[in-house]
Amino acid sequence: MSTPQQDDFAVVHPFDHLMRADRLPHILCGGCGIGTVIHGYVRAVSESGVDPDRHVCVSGIGCSGRAAGYVNVDSYHSTHGRALPFALGIAVHNPELKVTVISGDGDLMAIGGNHFIHAARRNVNLNVICINNFNYGMTGGQVGPTTPIGAKGTTAPQGSIEHPFNLPYLAKACGASLVARWTILHVRQFTDAVLRSMDKDGFCFTEVLSPCPTSFGRRNKLGEGLDEVEMYRERCHIENGAQNLEELDIDIVDHEQPITVGNFVDIERSAFHA
Amino acid sequence: MNSADSVARKPMDLAQADVPRGEVHIVAERCKECSYCIVYCPEDVLVYTEETNAKGYHYPMIAEGKAEACVLCKFCDLICPELAIHTTDASDEAQGS
Ligand SMILES: Cc1ncc(C[n+]2csc(CCOP(=O)(O)OP(=O)(O)O)c2C)c(N)n1
Ligand code: SF4
Ligand code: SF4
Ligand code: SF4
Ligand SMILES: [Mg+2]
Repeated sequence: MSTPQQDDFAVVHPFDHLMRADRLPHILCGGCGIGTVIHGYVRAVSESGVDPDRHVCVSGIGCSGRAAGYVNVDSYHSTHGRALPFALGIAVHNPELKVTVISGDGDLMAIGGNHFIHAARRNVNLNVICINNFNYGMTGGQVGPTTPIGAKGTTAPQGSIEHPFNLPYLAKACGASLVARWTILHVRQFTDAVLRSMDKDGFCFTEVLSPCPTSFGRRNKLGEGLDEVEMYRERCHIENGAQNLEELDIDIVDHEQPITVGNFVDIERSAFHA
Repeated sequence: MNSADSVARKPMDLAQADVPRGEVHIVAERCKECSYCIVYCPEDVLVYTEETNAKGYHYPMIAEGKAEACVLCKFCDLICPELAIHTTDASDEAQGS
């Protein structure tokens, strides 16, 4: 018979070999969802059946952009906004590789927004994970292209007055082959979406809603990471195959509004190959 | 005629069904006290320690009387942002006994 045990600092997680375990604990804040996304990614790498040597991870700049620095596959921490062109070069040059981009809403959709729309339009064989925490977490909480109307940031102390991007709708309109939205609480479904993306030839996009308690949560009275995740548990409803993506804006202020998550798009469309 | 209540909905092999049992492993020094594993464990297996790790965070331990309660759903592991907790199969079969 075995008894539960408290292990100490020794390496003891079954995915430590897919992490740069010597760099753990990572620098991300307690309750930050980015660690769960990185964890889900390495699980998908493990379950993909593809040799980790054939997986590549590319990030831009930001807290989310730290992902590439913690995973033990060939990884590239590129410059701000340039994860996609960097990844595109790798994927097009060597179609044998499974190239995954993990980066933030600011990195991928603001400074990197143009790369995003054109990589999706061309249907480049990439697996893109956008960690959406509704703000520029690393630089202290400026509003960005996914900040919901009314949400507060250092650059919008009274609340944002801009219309945000609705990322699944944007990705679909640009031509992505696979589009999903989950939260870190839906970590099983999220990991499944990433696994399917690794398998699919074409541009695959997964948005994952993730708490940033330090820069966004506190300022918007969302509380700790756990409180934001609880909000997702209460407000999310799953609608796989939803057709009305244009209606799936996220309202962070009105807690009565549902947040729709699911696997929305999975189409066959010829991918871009050199 | 049978009333709806009398229709048996119990799986016929319930007596033989093996509920998987897990053993929980915690890497105390990685934990940042986010509570995800504790709150979302379906069997309330985990509670916080009184003591803290080197960074000053409380970390999970097995609650009193819950030593055999883990059903190996692995959710604590999946959701942990720090890779600080995982479970292994401790069912009798896995132990080979
Ligand atoms: C060219 C350039 N402009 C601005 C910055 C400052 N900067 C660093 S991270 C960041 C935004 C990151 O936001 P996001 O991608 O959402 O990542 P998060 O930190 O929220 O995970 C900015 C503007 C930079 N590093 N380089
Ligand atoms: S600032 Fe926000 S996004 Fe960055 S590590 Fe902290 S909680 Fe995560
Ligand atoms: S595996 Fe499931 S039942 Fe066991 S401790 Fe973790 S969350 Fe609880
Ligand atoms: S989920 Fe991980 S970091 Fe959070 S309290 Fe549990 S062990 Fe600690
Ligand atoms: Mg962000």
